[in-house]
Amino acid sequence: MSGTHAHTVAFVADGKLPDLPPPPGASGAIGWIRENLFSGPLNTILTLASIAVVALALPGVLDWALFKSVWNASSLSECRSIIAESFGEGQGGACWAVIRERFDQLLYGFYPAELRWRPNVAFVLLIVAIAPILFDNVRALAVGAAAIVALKALAGAAGVVDGGVGGLFGATTVVLAAAGALAWFFGGGAHRRYWLMFSAAFPVIAYFLLWGGLGLEPVASSRFGGFLLTMIIGVTGIAASLPLGILLALGRQSKLIFIHAICVGFIEFIRGVPLITLLFVASTLLNYFMPPGTNFDLILRVLIMVTLFASAYMAEVIRGGLAALPKGQYEAADAMGLTYAQSMRLIVLPQALKISIPGIVNTFIGLFKDTTLVAVIGLLDPLGLTNPIRADSNWNGIVWELYGFIAFCFFLFCFGMSRYSMHLEGRLRAGERR
Amino acid sequence: MSMTATPPQESFRVDMLWNDARYRSTFIQTIALMLVMLAVAWLASNAVRNLEALGKDFNFSFLWQPASYDINQRLIEYDSRDSNARAALLGILNTLLVAAMGIVTATVIGVVAGVLRLSKNWIVSRLMAVYVEAFRNVPLLIWILMIAAAVNETLPAPSAFRGVETGAFVATNRGLYVPAPIFGEGSTPIVAIFLASLAGLFLLRRWAAKRQAETGEQFPVFWAGLALLVAPATLAFLALGRPIDLELPELAGFNFRGGFFLRDSLVAMWLALSLYTGAFIAETVRAGILAVSHGQSEAAYALGLRPNRAMSLVVLPQALRVIVPPLISQYLNLTKNSSLAIAVGYMDATGTLGGITLNQTGREMECILLLMAFYLTVSLLISGVMNWYNTRVKLVER
Repeated sequence: MSGTHAHTVAFVADGKLPDLPPPPGASGAIGWIRENLFSGPLNTILTLASIAVVALALPGVLDWALFKSVWNASSLSECRSIIAESFGEGQGGACWAVIRERFDQLLYGFYPAELRWRPNVAFVLLIVAIAPILFDNVRALAVGAAAIVALKALAGAAGVVDGGVGGLFGATTVVLAAAGALAWFFGGGAHRRYWLMFSAAFPVIAYFLLWGGLGLEPVASSRFGGFLLTMIIGVTGIAASLPLGILLALGRQSKLIFIHAICVGFIEFIRGVPLITLLFVASTLLNYFMPPGTNFDLILRVLIMVTLFASAYMAEVIRGGLAALPKGQYEAADAMGLTYAQSMRLIVLPQALKISIPGIVNTFIGLFKDTTLVAVIGLLDPLGLTNPIRADSNWNGIVWELYGFIAFCFFLFCFGMSRYSMHLEGRLRAGERR
Repeated sequence: MSMTATPPQESFRVDMLWNDARYRSTFIQTIALMLVMLAVAWLASNAVRNLEALGKDFNFSFLWQPASYDINQRLIEYDSRDSNARAALLGILNTLLVAAMGIVTATVIGVVAGVLRLSKNWIVSRLMAVYVEAFRNVPLLIWILMIAAAVNETLPAPSAFRGVETGAFVATNRGLYVPAPIFGEGSTPIVAIFLASLAGLFLLRRWAAKRQAETGEQFPVFWAGLALLVAPATLAFLALGRPIDLELPELAGFNFRGGFFLRDSLVAMWLALSLYTGAFIAETVRAGILAVSHGQSEAAYALGLRPNRAMSLVVLPQALRVIVPPLISQYLNLTKNSSLAIAVGYMDATGTLGGITLNQTGREMECILLLMAFYLTVSLLISGVMNWYNTRVKLVER
């Protein structure tokens, strides 16, 4: 081709010219900055404003929280004098010493110090009980347990923990090691049944561990507090509200008019009133509805109300999942001749629950955050504990450190849960990806 | 062999109650009804016996007794000799006040944050993500307490303003002072003219839409409407000798006088509720905008619509369909969350009816029943609005 043209046309390119590099400033870091931060007047203003906000706020916050903070002191005034000494008069700094001194209280409330191994053991067993529900086999538990025991051994050897290596043989470590060993040898899918049986028995075990009985020294409910109380209310609410929510959602979908009406009434009533009024019911009213003479525990009453509250929200989430399921699935289950219970258990619920996982996790997160409301009716959850801590003359006037620490703990937990749900969502959608 | 047309008559057996579809649903529902009635009867009889044992009865006459406590944030006249019912009414108005204020600001914050989170600007979208995650993952109660502490500890005391020229708005650690309008003599016609302008604006919009549908000609509704809204009222205001005045807060003694006073607890509740709900609304808005497929905006551009008209005529109506229902349920949540005001001492319905009145009269049953009835009414009203909207914007399918 080019040969014929070569004599008639002045110039014909007989090959592809190499690409020119993009003009300077259109690629690389500068190009990215131009494209993303300064692409127009509005964008430039926004960028500059955000940089100004960050530049104004961040140094002050970091200074307060980290660089000018005090970790070792026995009172707020001591903290302040240390800050004034080392950073000059009039400097503000966080006094994290209060967290250091009251850490155990924020974790356990007024739970007797010599019995605090029991909540620890219960927490380890909680993880053991959750593992077979979340995973197909529990081998990972062995690795985790080994890692924690090794860390403890290292810490003990380095002398960070009081008691040195001897502190290692506490009940928590022993239980952890035993669970790890069991998980290593019998953690396969074949034995999952037995692990699930343990999960089912866990609430009873935890009850006796925490409250005492069966030869363990009893502990009064009024001594429970801190994140221990948050965990008790949160985990019980989560575990109990899911089955209740499923039943309510099925009832709301039911063609039986009366059952439908009961479920709708219950769900709409609970969703229409704030949790705090239900907690008032728990603290002042619930005993009226029990046979005269019964006086059961405030924590138990709160647990009942929180569970009912969460189950109504859970029911709505699951109803969404049930409604999103194509009608053909219901009809196919009927056509197979399955009974109602069989079709729900085998066909409908597995798919509907999968669809509603993000909503379920959101409800869990909301429930976990709502546990702080028990502080309003006088239970000593971490937020409720800030008042007794401030009532101590050593820590009178401390505000931000306590709230900041509690907020940080909640943030870690809730943010972790929401990330896990996003991950789970992605994994369950793998089948729909092309 | 001949076939019988009718199935053989079976006599009734007991197991047909749960094995035969003809009787099953009636049977199950009867059982359920009986169980529910038994449970209700059991609870009620317990309640009656317990109340009897305590020597209490069930009546609402305590509502008309003097409340004998003070409410520091009030929209209507009240003093401590007024009845419990009036105190409860004040609380209800306070709940509605903080909810309405919170809903307005939370919507603004949420829409701005949601749109900015989708911005291509990296710093802005990161900043908004930090805001949204920080507020969504920390309990509201902690935010309320922290913001209340911030208001009390970082804002200056009223005495700090001594000798300082204060503007129309004053923020002190006791609360926020804003100017209040004073309606003098002859202000009624101005208000009436303004309301008439509003009605005129509504008619103008309908007329303009109809004309555009018929002739295709556009009418500058925005500018004409603005003129219609502002001009008559302003002219009347000037002609009648400026009867409406603004009352500015002034430092008198140890405190400010004049203007509207928003107590520190109200300010804290308002800020906390707006920021917290704003974070949730931001996620709702983001999800709604992402739910409109790219093809829609591209099709609008292909039709020759300019970007802002494509946004207002094509993208936004479709996004709103997704955004509004969860938005309204966020409003509902905000209203219910305002009951946390009791933690900072703002006297809302929970603080008056479910708080001091309950504690002083010892009428737990009646107070909590009324409180629940109030919240339930508000919730049902809001969800009624939501259902009305849902049916209005629902896609009409086959």
